[in-house]
Amino acid sequence: MRFTLFAFLALTSPAIAGINAVVDTHALPNVARFAEATAALDETAQADCRAEAVRPAFQSAFDAWMGVSHLRLGPLEENGRALSIAFWPDGRGMTQRTVNRLLQDEDTAVTDAESFAEVSIAGRGFYALERLLYDEAQSQYDADSYACELVQAQARDLARSGADLKDAWQEFAPVLKSAGDAGNTRYLSEKEAIQAVFTALTTGLTFDADTRMGRPLGTFDKPRPKRAEARRSGRSLRNVILSLTAMREMTAALGGDALPLSDASFAETLRVAQELDDPVFASVSDVMGRFKVEVLQLQITATKEVVVEEIGAALEVTSGFNLLDGD
Amino acid sequence: MRRRHFLSLLASVGVPQLSWADVGSPTFLAAAREPSGEYALFGLNAQGKDVFRIPLPARGHAAAAHPTAAEAVAFARRPGRFAMVLNCASGGVSHRLEAPEGRHFYGHGTFLENGAILATTENTIATGEGVIGLWARDEGYVRIGEIDSGGIGPHDILRLPGDVLAVANGGIRTHPDQGRDKLNLDSMRPNLTYLTTHGGIEERVSLSEDLHQASIRHLAQHKGVVGFAMQWQGDLFDPVPLLGLHRRGGLAQLCTADLGEQLAMKGYAGSIAMTEDEVCITSPRGGRMHVFDGQGTFKTALNRADICGVAASDHGMMATDGLGAIWHVDQNGLSRLGLADRAWDNHLIRLAT
Repeated sequence: MRFTLFAFLALTSPAIAGINAVVDTHALPNVARFAEATAALDETAQADCRAEAVRPAFQSAFDAWMGVSHLRLGPLEENGRALSIAFWPDGRGMTQRTVNRLLQDEDTAVTDAESFAEVSIAGRGFYALERLLYDEAQSQYDADSYACELVQAQARDLARSGADLKDAWQEFAPVLKSAGDAGNTRYLSEKEAIQAVFTALTTGLTFDADTRMGRPLGTFDKPRPKRAEARRSGRSLRNVILSLTAMREMTAALGGDALPLSDASFAETLRVAQELDDPVFASVSDVMGRFKVEVLQLQITATKEVVVEEIGAALEVTSGFNLLDGD
Repeated sequence: MRRRHFLSLLASVGVPQLSWADVGSPTFLAAAREPSGEYALFGLNAQGKDVFRIPLPARGHAAAAHPTAAEAVAFARRPGRFAMVLNCASGGVSHRLEAPEGRHFYGHGTFLENGAILATTENTIATGEGVIGLWARDEGYVRIGEIDSGGIGPHDILRLPGDVLAVANGGIRTHPDQGRDKLNLDSMRPNLTYLTTHGGIEERVSLSEDLHQASIRHLAQHKGVVGFAMQWQGDLFDPVPLLGLHRRGGLAQLCTADLGEQLAMKGYAGSIAMTEDEVCITSPRGGRMHVFDGQGTFKTALNRADICGVAASDHGMMATDGLGAIWHVDQNGLSRLGLADRAWDNHLIRLAT
């Protein structure tokens, strides 16, 4: 009995157990949910393309995206997948320009999925669709308009991306789980797989703090509330909360009970986020409001530091040597 | 003249000069951090196997390899004041170069005149003007002069046929008292400068105003075309080009991938290499390498975490990463040549063939 247990432990190192849990209990279920939610969005839009009818399914699909958007290892890092689903931030106004051009030209790419997949990524995905569904000037289209066809094409394209991401993860999962095996050309050791998950976590937390929060905060002298992510659909803070929730789940999967400080820090950051009464960070322009948004940003950065330290020590990984310090 | 020639002959008799063949014929040099936290310079053969290892006192940046003698100059990371001439046969330090008063090294250098002169990129600390320092190897690496680099922040330097130097003036002003803080991001104006030690600046190439924050940093060449890799100092989410190709007398051609791939490079190219028909740039931040054809058309992206060093090999390219792997790069993508328990640093240096 004792021997069997020992043999089992020897077979599955804590590192690979963590990777298996990340894949099986976190990534694959979340990717499947995203595929389902985008399929539902597509179905809704094909049945009734008008903005009001599509909005609830848009919100659910965006929620599901927040469960996977931090999985920046494997499929989302390849073939431009992540940006064709979520083209943001967009400091140069490319989303609006591309949507306007499509509307103006009544581009026939909307007629089939393959042609639409060739459209600039700035005209596809959640943020382009958000313009049509929520922008006051653009969401008033009729059921028989070109805008309606464009919404349907965007919804279909998101569903195609969702299905494609699910397929790609089915293929990628065994590669990640067999890290270090002879013949695995992608992850040359278990440590490399851990490192990839670790990098996705730190990248995701940095993105929440510096980009999702940092862009609307701007500087004290020049706050930029209109730069808040998905402000038209009222999702700026919600995206931060859902993203943190997903990363907390991934951290727990990776480390089991071995990462109590990280979990506590995530819990505290989420508490601060849930108490913030500013769904689109509109208050960054006034002193008191700004202070509260900054507190959340600092809290996210603090969580990142705890995660880096605790995972770094428990699993012996660090951020990339060249990535951190180039020249 | 004759006397001087005689003296240098005498000098070379006095110090028996071993060639690269005598130290195992390395094809590449690369610095790395070892698990102990120590740093070393490695000679690697064409298959990526270790040929020699020389300990370094601190993290290095690039190395300049002598064209014939088994000798390499390792530069401290900027703003470093020292460079070391390493005897790759004994592993010892044969000379120590100290930047003159008021100057510091930027981390790259190259040999001229069949290896008689070493040229180094340097900063004039008081004014920020870039200079190329010149050192006479045959006189024990004595400083023999310096020339204007043609811009601020000269980083990589490349010897072209005819001993013309191509210099990547990155445009970013720094001051050692402020570490690596960038002091002039609003007004920076990088360029690619061609110069000779006797005639000074021959040609200066800069980009349009909207790309004034694209720091031209690293260089490669193939048959009269110079490739330059850039590091964007503006908004990280701007899809700006990171690769340019230039032929003397012409305009720079800027090369980009599709929008999604371009953004995935995170505004950063860390190294560049060119072969007969390809140009590669690496982005450790984006965990990928971009491959372009010789005309500058994007071909493909190859994903690998922390990939940075890249150099032309005999049958394609070779690349290194911070996880210790060495890769052969060809039309089939990345195939692993080796894996060592060390973190390869920014650059892989090809020795002259």
